[in-house]
Amino acid sequence: MRRVRPGRLLLAGFAVLVCVFLQLPLLIVFPISFSSAQYLQFPPPGWSLQWYERYLNSPNWLTPTWLSLKVAMATTALSLLLGVPLAFGLTRARFWGRDAIEKLSMAPIIVPTIVLSIALYGLFANLKLIGAWYGIAIAHTLLALPFVVVVVVAGLRDFDVNQELAALGLGASRWRAVWHVTLPQIRPSLVSAAFLAFISSFDELVVAMFLGGANMTLPKKMFDNIRMEIDPTIAAISALQIVLVSALLALAARFGRGGGMPGR
Amino acid sequence: MAAQEVRDADLRVDGVAKRYGAVVALGGVSLSVAAGEFLTILGPSGSGKTTLLKVVAGFEFPDAGRVTVGGADITDVSPAKRNIGMVFQNYALFPHMSVARNIAFPLQMRGVPKSEIDRRVIQAMALVELQGYGERLPSQLSGGQQQRVALARAVVFDPTLLLLDEPFGALDRKLRESMQLEVRRLQRRLGLTTVFITHDQEEALVLSDRIAVMDGGAIRQIGAPDEIYDRPADDFVAQFIGESNLLVGEIAAPDRVVLDGGTSVTVRGLDGGHGRVRLLVRPEKMAIDSATNRFTGTIVEAVYLGEAHKLRVKVAEGVELLVRGHRAVPTGARVTVGFAPEDAHVIRGAG
Ligand SMILES: Nc1ncnc2c1ncn2[C@@H]1O[C@H](COP(=O)(O)OP(=O)(O)OP(=O)(O)O)[C@@H](O)[C@H]1O
Ligand SMILES: [Mg+2]
Repeated sequence: MRRVRPGRLLLAGFAVLVCVFLQLPLLIVFPISFSSAQYLQFPPPGWSLQWYERYLNSPNWLTPTWLSLKVAMATTALSLLLGVPLAFGLTRARFWGRDAIEKLSMAPIIVPTIVLSIALYGLFANLKLIGAWYGIAIAHTLLALPFVVVVVVAGLRDFDVNQELAALGLGASRWRAVWHVTLPQIRPSLVSAAFLAFISSFDELVVAMFLGGANMTLPKKMFDNIRMEIDPTIAAISALQIVLVSALLALAARFGRGGGMPGR
Repeated sequence: MAAQEVRDADLRVDGVAKRYGAVVALGGVSLSVAAGEFLTILGPSGSGKTTLLKVVAGFEFPDAGRVTVGGADITDVSPAKRNIGMVFQNYALFPHMSVARNIAFPLQMRGVPKSEIDRRVIQAMALVELQGYGERLPSQLSGGQQQRVALARAVVFDPTLLLLDEPFGALDRKLRESMQLEVRRLQRRLGLTTVFITHDQEEALVLSDRIAVMDGGAIRQIGAPDEIYDRPADDFVAQFIGESNLLVGEIAAPDRVVLDGGTSVTVRGLDGGHGRVRLLVRPEKMAIDSATNRFTGTIVEAVYLGEAHKLRVKVAEGVELLVRGHRAVPTGARVTVGFAPEDAHVIRGAG
């Protein structure tokens, strides 16, 4: 018989509470999105799919959605392209000022987003990047980079460098050693980094407001909608977003497992 | 992997030095390994063994010195172009690749055609007796099996040199012994020039053509196993390899040494020198009721080892002698022990 200790019980209880707290919004948002009422009303008086239909048939909603997806994907690609080599440099190379650079790469997290947005607005206005989708993607890359660097640096610190040396000794060039041996083994970190970069952009409001010009990203459109008209479309969109993020998480879990270690 | 393909190559290391900040990992090491020879580097932890191997393999660039293989200076050659097989201290198998893909890796990197890769991988797996394990992942193998995969991967591409960094450190005693024999068999069969690292002196004595004893980034002595064991160059080597009795004294006559306790002993090999010396007498050369060089004392410890008895005999305050023999003597008994003049090895110089 295993004895159940009171400490464990308390911890389990606390964990359940936290989970419930985190799930509560879902319990409200999902029912409302299927509401037959014309206003935000809880509990809904009846059920219908009208809000999903309205969303899927409205270019006013779909255009911002595509824009946000495009920006998020570009941000993911860019921040990985920049962040992964940076993480390699920070973990492998020994050079003067390395720690300073590592701390500096966290700066976008520390600087308030509003301040960053104003600064970027000034810069992008000169560069004629306001209103361009890739302008937003570049700004989002700045915000996503710290997450990518932190996650990939952690992955590389755990990785046994001897593996890469072994690959070199067996005849691989530096590139092929990284490609065939290192990257597959830090795949969980890469997948997490990509996921974080995508979500951080897809969900971002402040920078998009400043730099979007007439172009609206999905969060901006949702924000405007709430200010102007409030109808349950927004609940339907939230529900869809939650489904998308969960699907991405599931994919990340599926493809982000440690390389070659089934049953672990 | 046919024997005729294996090139004979000798390894020369000339004055190789390497420091990490203030730590001198290698302080000007020179050694040479003949083609087909099995050299073991033996030394305590931190003595610079791995660093030396990394310099030879090309993973560390030396601050000074050259490395030559088969007459060609490879000091500036990248590790990928050195064609050296290495087994790492922790194997460094690629955990995301199957056994077969691990072994195929060096061949793929060399652009060997697919059909030939398959053939050579099968051959290499047979060589280390791992037929049928090709599809497994390293995590699904025992320690000894992983070791053999690492070995197969290190020899499948016909390297000019094989480097092994404490390959058996993680294995239990029995597996260790069988792997030792296997490595030696493989090395002889392929005629590979091999440098093997260990800090286990028994392993070094069993396996090697020659042993290099390292300490503090320098080689203390290099020679055949019996030479290292019977005629160590200094105290460090004497004490690091096997058990030893070291008697300190002053040369008094061409064949006599007066020990610091006042006892006078007869020895050979003083060669008319003078000054202070240390005499090394191995425990198995110490005998109870010896006819010469006798010491009387009390047994303070008696251990039965199975094939022999080990006795610790206190002959004076602070002086204890180790004796290894076939006679069982109880603790507390008074005995006389001693050694023959030809069984003492003379170590000169201050210690
Ligand atoms: N990358 C490094 N940075 C700093 N010091 C190092 C580095 N590699 C080795 N050293 C130091 O150099 C010395 C020799 O290390 P080395 O790894 O060659 O020892 P070793 O003989 O292989 O020891 P062990 O038997 O424990 O493996 C040690 O003092 C070690 O701390
Ligand atoms: Mg070592």
